[in-house]
Amino acid sequence: MSTTEATEPRAKRIALPRTKREAQAALGPYGRTGKIVGELDERFGIAKGGRTLLDKIFPDHWSFMLGEIALYSFVVLIATGIFLSLYFVPSADQVIYHGPYKPLDGQRVSAAFASTVDLSFSVRSGLLMRQMHHWAANVFVGSIVIHMARIFFTGAFRKPRETNWIIGTTLLIMAILNGFIGYSLPDDLVSGTGLRIAYSILLSIPFVGSYLATFLFGGNFPGTLIIPRFYIIHMLILPAIIAVLIGVHLGLLVRQKHTQFPGRGRTEHNVVGSPMFPTFMAKTTGFLFMVSGALALLGGLAQINPIWQFGSYKADRISYAVQPDWYMGWLDGALRIMPSWEWTGWGHTLPWEVFFPAILFPGLVFNVAFGWPLIERMFTKDNELHNLLDRPRDRPKRTAFGAAFFAMLFVMFLASSTDVLANYFHVSLNVVLWFFRFAVFVVPLLTYAATWKICREMQGVRGIGKRKRALVVTRTASGEYRTEPSAPRPGDERDELQPEPVPVLIELEPGVTVPERTSPVDGAVGAGVRQVKR
Amino acid sequence: MSNTTNEPDGHEGHGGRTPVPMPVARFDDPHMQEAATHPQRTERIIALSFVLGTLAVAGFGAAYWVDGPPWVLAVTFGAGLLLLGFGLTAWGKYLMPQGPFVEERHRLASTADEQDAMSAALVQRTGVVVKRRRMLGGLFAGGAGIFGIVAIFPLLRSLGPVPGNTFDVTNWRRNSLLVDSNGRPVRVDTLQVGGIMTVFPAGAQNTEEGQAVDQTVLIRVSTDDITTQPGRESWGPRGYVAYSKLCTHLGCPVGLYEQQLQLLVCPCHQSMFNVLDGAVPNFGPAPRPLPQLPLKVDSSGHLRAQAGYDQAVGPGFWERTTR
Repeated sequence: MSTTEATEPRAKRIALPRTKREAQAALGPYGRTGKIVGELDERFGIAKGGRTLLDKIFPDHWSFMLGEIALYSFVVLIATGIFLSLYFVPSADQVIYHGPYKPLDGQRVSAAFASTVDLSFSVRSGLLMRQMHHWAANVFVGSIVIHMARIFFTGAFRKPRETNWIIGTTLLIMAILNGFIGYSLPDDLVSGTGLRIAYSILLSIPFVGSYLATFLFGGNFPGTLIIPRFYIIHMLILPAIIAVLIGVHLGLLVRQKHTQFPGRGRTEHNVVGSPMFPTFMAKTTGFLFMVSGALALLGGLAQINPIWQFGSYKADRISYAVQPDWYMGWLDGALRIMPSWEWTGWGHTLPWEVFFPAILFPGLVFNVAFGWPLIERMFTKDNELHNLLDRPRDRPKRTAFGAAFFAMLFVMFLASSTDVLANYFHVSLNVVLWFFRFAVFVVPLLTYAATWKICREMQGVRGIGKRKRALVVTRTASGEYRTEPSAPRPGDERDELQPEPVPVLIELEPGVTVPERTSPVDGAVGAGVRQVKR
Repeated sequence: MSNTTNEPDGHEGHGGRTPVPMPVARFDDPHMQEAATHPQRTERIIALSFVLGTLAVAGFGAAYWVDGPPWVLAVTFGAGLLLLGFGLTAWGKYLMPQGPFVEERHRLASTADEQDAMSAALVQRTGVVVKRRRMLGGLFAGGAGIFGIVAIFPLLRSLGPVPGNTFDVTNWRRNSLLVDSNGRPVRVDTLQVGGIMTVFPAGAQNTEEGQAVDQTVLIRVSTDDITTQPGRESWGPRGYVAYSKLCTHLGCPVGLYEQQLQLLVCPCHQSMFNVLDGAVPNFGPAPRPLPQLPLKVDSSGHLRAQAGYDQAVGPGFWERTTR
């Protein structure tokens, strides 16, 4: 009795192992990893949930990686942005530039402009980092748009994922805003002109426009406050909002599990794909590296925003070369093709020619985007939970609407280069302008009709969406020609397999056999599986 | 001591789902097999890509050390990341368990009973605790609401001044001397016919406000060509006409002078203003003519303003009075 009482507390103490074998034995069958998992689990209780996480299934489809491009360009934006923040001076103070870029030497420029030129030319790898940052911003917005198009056309926004659709749309707006604010910071001719236009757009809002403009800029344009203000918005406020929203976006994705395309063994109630660890981890980490690598190549090989060529911003200077980043193109185009309809009366002015294309129209576009899950439900009266994706051709009206919507925005994007097009095609600017004024209505209508028709035709085609196997023609020795289908590609072969739960892998000693396993999904499949041999 | 077999069902398996027998994988099972047609060649390619990637990343370090040009930094850095990433992705795609594996989706929604239990708790507690003290609830809601509104004041109003007549005034006054950006006064013989320059009221040419608001474009045209607007007969002495350089569309400088057609063009959105006819817009989205500055020649031959602009310059806004 007394011995057990005495030894029990002592057993809890750590006994130092004397030999290597004893040390191995003390760690247990899973060695150091087992030890670490055990220690962590005792403190945080990670083992059960962690095991589930390792087995978490991610459906495989190329289009599911579009959002990853956005995520990883955001990672690059943060990394390069931290670098830039160490050198950039957010100030409109006038300084005399002295530095390695001789054409600007001795000129009066703002501190923001001078520090941007300096970090490009005098800081090691500064130009690479700055151009990577700018490219990553362009890729960030672009990949969000394409990711959103995938979500839209496959119906992934339907219940229960409406919240994530709204968060995603908010992220797009935040990304566009922060992109614009970002390229407004260096105080070069492009930024200044962009800011001048933004100021005038704010002014155009009825009742409160002039107040909003003077509040934001701290007075009349340009003032000296806007650069430090935009700096803190650009590098703290908006990135924090974006990071939190991305966190919620991914949290909801994990909680609600990813959608999947219909296929063998895939239902509304399961997820079929490859496991989180190690397969998905390897692929997605590799993809992070590849996105960063592509952005690094762009950042060092493809010049972007060479502010030293534009020069420091002076309010009375302007150049034809001044163009916004691509995601502003549709708004610029809308401003160009809008007729000059200003309303005046009773001592007031309502500048429709600015207020409609720059405030009301983008407001309408984003409200349609936000409300689309609701709008569609009004028509379909569909209140079911959806985990299987639509093929776009199977929802011709939605697909046609989305295509028409994008077509309209694309026409406006092209309209932002009326002057370039007129020059290039040797037609008068007048013709180009009126062409776009009609095209912005006609092209979406034609796109709607054409898309709807194509969807309906595709529905009738047999074997649509399946990869066709090539026919191999061989001539025999006797001169006879034969055709045979070529071997299925590895990926296609895999799609035909019956999905099974993630198995436990056991390293086999030579000569040891594993008992025949029974598939929990369908006992008869085991035999079928074994027919597929390399 | 309790019997461990009597523990509730939810304790087993993952997250309370029905536990499925976890099968042991056979290595010739196609779910586990490489998707690659030639796994050994795939392995060699991946290994090569890792080696080259490592070399390239090390090359980036070397290029950085010797302060190499940006393109060398980009090629080594980018190629290194791309190769490492390619190898890792290919490893995951071709040499790791691919499945298809299946995982059940558990219902996110609780049972109807659990939903009811929560609703009941909310309704009952609110009914007992809050609704009996309606006045307290109302007072608190009022306070919080007022705070919400008041909190906006410092966030918004502290940012800047109210506009007042900010947008209606410029530094142009009666007798303002026209100077160029270097402060040199403009004489009656400064420009030839067809010449153009940007002018400011003397003293404002180096201020931000002067550059942003007062900027005025001065053009000398042939007196035979000009169409004088009624009431502006004396505004353009010796063929000199001066217009605000701020586009009436969005305030960009109307910086391009098309001499043959006598047009001032705004490069931002292609508004065009007829120089000979009071800067009336004849193309593009600009809604109004550029405001004209009345000029005169003083006794010493310098150009001066007869008066300031008779209207607000630049883009439209709600308080802009019509003229």
